[in-house]
Amino acid sequence: MNIHEILSSPAAAAEREGPSNKIVWSSRVRLARNLANTPFPGWAKKSVRVETFKHIRDNVLQVESMKDSFDTGMDKLTTLDKQILVERHFISREHAAKNTGSGLVLSQDENISVMINEEDHLRMQALLPGLQIKNAWDAIDQFDTHLEHGLDFAYSKKRGYLTACPTNLGTGIRVSAMLHLPGLVLSEQVNQIIQAVNKLGLAVRGLYGEGTEALGNVFQVSNQMTLGETEGDIVERLNKVLLQIVDHEENARVKLMESKPKMVYNHIGRAYGILANAHSISSKETMNLLSLLRLGMDMKLFPGTSQALINELIIITQPAHLQKANDGKLSAEKRDLLRADLLRDRLKDVDRPVVPDTKTLEDSQNQGENE
Amino acid sequence: MLCDICKEKEATVHLTQMVEGKTKKIDLCESCSKAKGVDDPAGFSLADLLLGLGASQEMEEADTASTKCPQCGFSQADFKKTGRLGCPECYEHFEEGVEGLLKTMHKGTRHTGKAPAVWQQTKDYVDQMHELQTLLDKAIAKEDYEKAAELRDKITNLKTEYAAAAKTP
Repeated sequence: MNIHEILSSPAAAAEREGPSNKIVWSSRVRLARNLANTPFPGWAKKSVRVETFKHIRDNVLQVESMKDSFDTGMDKLTTLDKQILVERHFISREHAAKNTGSGLVLSQDENISVMINEEDHLRMQALLPGLQIKNAWDAIDQFDTHLEHGLDFAYSKKRGYLTACPTNLGTGIRVSAMLHLPGLVLSEQVNQIIQAVNKLGLAVRGLYGEGTEALGNVFQVSNQMTLGETEGDIVERLNKVLLQIVDHEENARVKLMESKPKMVYNHIGRAYGILANAHSISSKETMNLLSLLRLGMDMKLFPGTSQALINELIIITQPAHLQKANDGKLSAEKRDLLRADLLRDRLKDVDRPVVPDTKTLEDSQNQGENE
Repeated sequence: MLCDICKEKEATVHLTQMVEGKTKKIDLCESCSKAKGVDDPAGFSLADLLLGLGASQEMEEADTASTKCPQCGFSQADFKKTGRLGCPECYEHFEEGVEGLLKTMHKGTRHTGKAPAVWQQTKDYVDQMHELQTLLDKAIAKEDYEKAAELRDKITNLKTEYAAAAKTP
């Protein structure tokens, strides 16, 4: 099976738009559910896992919104395909390591994906572009309610939905958003924000969730507590915090342009210079520089270039996407060469950043420093 | 290994016996085994011995047994190792340990969010039944039999309705 025939093209995926998506790249709500009287996947025998996988998959496919969806067992996918699904955020890295007895169902519009037999029997998520965690919650809430008709979920009146790990107990909800915060990083305020967010009982992680680093100034903010509060309260609280972070990021960008415009232009100009001219570049450096290019785009320094181009480059320069496009496994060195070729080609029509008269900028910066 | 009786000398006599389907083990030093008549198999009863000194061991055994989930066989040691539980039933079985753990990781220890519709129905049903029953008791106490008859019919109706609803998927 070729998942490229099923998945939207990177170009189409890059076109997806949502509210506040300058800073909030995507919103996600996932629910953990398990079947009553069945051992959790980590403890169940293979035969039990295979059976529960089929039972759950059949029920998921019955739901109206999952018509024409893509479903597969994890054993049917190549390592490269699994990695592509991780890069698109449809499955976790943990799930990519699974084989027989685990699987994925992905809705045709790619808004809803269901991991079967990951850590829990079901991990279902609604993933939407921009800041729309409330919509994401509504979508997955409805989906969950539909599934109740055919699946008997493990639930206790006292503890709520029962999950393999007690950290997910109760609502089984994880609400998260992917935030692009170059302004807060460049003005060295991001650690303060992270600490403040942590104090509110929320976690801040890197691009691919737990244990990953914040590449390209992208941070994932999510709730940690799942028991003792309603889903609505959790969604509401996270929404408020996200709006505040968006505010802080916007302010940081404005202030940077007032106090250190040269520093900002320098970063963006160098990022453009390297991306458009390099002959070998790692995925990590690419991500960090594309983040700056994206910042320049938000600041309208690249007139005539669409934001979707950067989004697409972020997708297609990642290791698995790059390899898939070049028909197979490549060494890291070869990937770095191909990545640079791809970037030079796609950026050849993008002009150098248009920066206002730098003389006046220097003056204003000097003034700012003298104050 | 020390003797189970004097807890001083090295145990050299090791006895194993099945008592009511359970394996009992006892380790004794030479002098204690002689004192208890263990060297005379005919006159020796392990059961008697165990009544005295086996008590603590039995507790331990009972303890290990109860830390395994009866549904899936998951043990507390497994939990310590993986940080995950074995099956939904484990929450009930390891209730005590879980309660303390949940206090440290969540806002509360009681679920207040969404419930599956079947549970929601049950909850509504239980609440309504409780209310009607209370009213009925009051009416009977006041000897208001007309009201009591009315309430009794309501209860019967509710029961029939609920039974019918439970049958439809």
